Amino acid sequence: MSELRLEGVSRWYGNVVAVNGVSMTVGPGVTGLLGPNGAGKSTLIHMMGGFLAPSSGTVTLDGTTIWRNPGIYRHLGLVPERESAYDFLTGEQFIVAMAKLHGLDDPGVAARRAIARVEMEPAAGRTIGTYSKGMKQRIKMASALVHDPPVLLLDEPFNGMDPRQRLQLMDLIRQMAAEGRTILFSSHILEEVERLASHIEVIVAGRHAASGDFRKIRRLMTDRPHIFLVRSSDDRRLAAAVIADGSARSVQLTDKGLQVEAVDFQRFTWLLPRVSRDTGVRLWEVSPADESLESVFSYLVDR
Amino acid sequence: MNSTIAMITFRAMLGRRRALLLLALPLLLLALSVVLRSTGYDDLDVSEDVLQKFGLATLLPLLALIAGTGVIGPEIDDGQLMYVLTKPVPRQVIVLTKLAVANVLVVVFAVVPVLLSGLVLTGTTARMTPAFTVGVLVGGLAYTAVFVALAVASRNAVTIGLLYALVWESLLGNFAPGAKSASIQQWALSVTDALTPASPVRASVGLAVAVPLLVLVTAAATALATYRLRSLTVASAE
Repeated sequence: MSELRLEGVSRWYGNVVAVNGVSMTVGPGVTGLLGPNGAGKSTLIHMMGGFLAPSSGTVTLDGTTIWRNPGIYRHLGLVPERESAYDFLTGEQFIVAMAKLHGLDDPGVAARRAIARVEMEPAAGRTIGTYSKGMKQRIKMASALVHDPPVLLLDEPFNGMDPRQRLQLMDLIRQMAAEGRTILFSSHILEEVERLASHIEVIVAGRHAASGDFRKIRRLMTDRPHIFLVRSSDDRRLAAAVIADGSARSVQLTDKGLQVEAVDFQRFTWLLPRVSRDTGVRLWEVSPADESLESVFSYLVDR
Repeated sequence: MNSTIAMITFRAMLGRRRALLLLALPLLLLALSVVLRSTGYDDLDVSEDVLQKFGLATLLPLLALIAGTGVIGPEIDDGQLMYVLTKPVPRQVIVLTKLAVANVLVVVFAVVPVLLSGLVLTGTTARMTPAFTVGVLVGGLAYTAVFVALAVASRNAVTIGLLYALVWESLLGNFAPGAKSASIQQWALSVTDALTPASPVRASVGLAVAVPLLVLVTAAATALATYRLRSLTVASAE
C-alpha cells in the first residue's frame, strides 16, 4: 500500500504560477484529478512523476522524495499524455526493452504478462507506428505496468479514445485498483472521473479547489445556482410565475429570452413545466447558460 | 553503458532516412578522392586540402552534429525519452550510452571515410593518412560530447551547433586568429600536425594546449549533459 503525498507544492514558470500551494495525499484506490484544461493537472502529475521540480513544497512517495531520484521508478509507473512512443519498434520489442531497462529478471515473461494485461497480444508483433490511438494508449499502459508498480500515474488516459476503448481502459484501471494499487489519473471530463474514481481532487487555475468523495463534489456542483435561458411564448408572464414560486433567486428579461437564476436546481427543473402549463405559456427553449465545466469549477473555487 | 538504450538509439538513428543523410557526405568525400586520384591531382598539397577542409573542417563537425544531437534531441522533443527516464537507470549511464552510440556513428561515417579517402589519395606517404585519422577521431570525441550536451541543454541545439561549426570555427577563424585557438577543429589539427612530418599540415595551436583542451571540453560537456539530464523538464509541462 503506497501513498503519494504533496505538501504545500507550488510551481511557477518565470512569473506565471502553474500550481499554487497544493497539499494532498493520494492513497490506494482510484483518485481522479479533475480540472479544466490548463488548470495545472499535467504540471502536478509531472511533479508526482519526478519530471519537474516543485518550486516550493515537497512531493514524496512513502516518505521518499521523488525529484532527482530515479530509484523511485521501481515503485512508480507513469503513462504520459503524449502519444509518441518508439514508433519503429513493435509493441513487444518496446515492452521487452522497458522490462530490460527496469532490470527485471525475466524481461520476456514480464513483457508478455503486461501485454496480456492490456489485451494487446494480437498486435504485439506490429510496429507501434501502425497502431490506432487506443492501441497506443494501451501499449503505453503496458510499459508502465511491466514492473508491476504499486503506484500508477496516468495523464489524460482517455484522450482521443472511442467509447469502447474507454470502457476497456476503465475496466483495466478498476481491476488494478482492486489489487491494492494507488492510481491517479487526470481528466477534464467530469463524467469520466465520476465513473471511475471513488475519490476526486479538483484543481482550478493551479489551486486545489476541492477534495473528497465524488458524491460530495457532485452535490457541490449541482447545488450551486444554475442559470438558465428560457424562451417562451410570453416571457413576462412566465417570469412573474417563476419568481412567485421561490426556487429562483432572480429573473431577467433580455432580448435573447428570459434569464433565470435558480437556487434549487431540482425544484426548478420540476417546477418550470408545471408553471408554464398552469399559466398557459408555451416553452420554446430551455438551455443551461453556464453548464461549462469551467463555470462549475469557478463556482467551487469561489466558495 | 546500457545495451537496451544503445539498441533503441541505433535503430532510431539508422532506421529512417537519416542513415542516407549520414552517408551522403562521406560518399562525396570518397568520390572526390577517387576522381582526384584518377586524374592525377593527388599531390600532397591537394590531398592535405581535401582531408583538412573537407574531412576535418566540414564532414567531421556536420556528422558529429547530426549524430550528437540526433541520439538524444528528437527523443527529448517528442517525449519518448520519458520512457527511458522513468526507469531506475542512473542518468550518467543514459548520457554515456548516447555518447557511445554517437561516437560509433562518427567513427563509421567520418573517421573511416577520412581514413579511406587518405589511403586513396596519398596511401601512407608522410604518415598523413593515419595522422588525419587520429585527428578526426579525437576531434570527433570532443565535438560529439559538446553536441550531445547542447542537445540536452537546448531545443535549438542544431542551430547553435551549426553556428559554432560554420560561423565560429570556419568563418571567424579566418579573420580573427583568437577564434582559432578556441576551436575543436584547430585542436584536432594540432594533434594531426604532431603526428605527421608533412609540411602542408600547419596547426595554429600548440599540442601542449590542444590536448588538455580536448580532454577538458570532452569531460566538461559529458558532465554538463549528465547534470542537465538529471533535471530535464519535459516539453509538455511548459
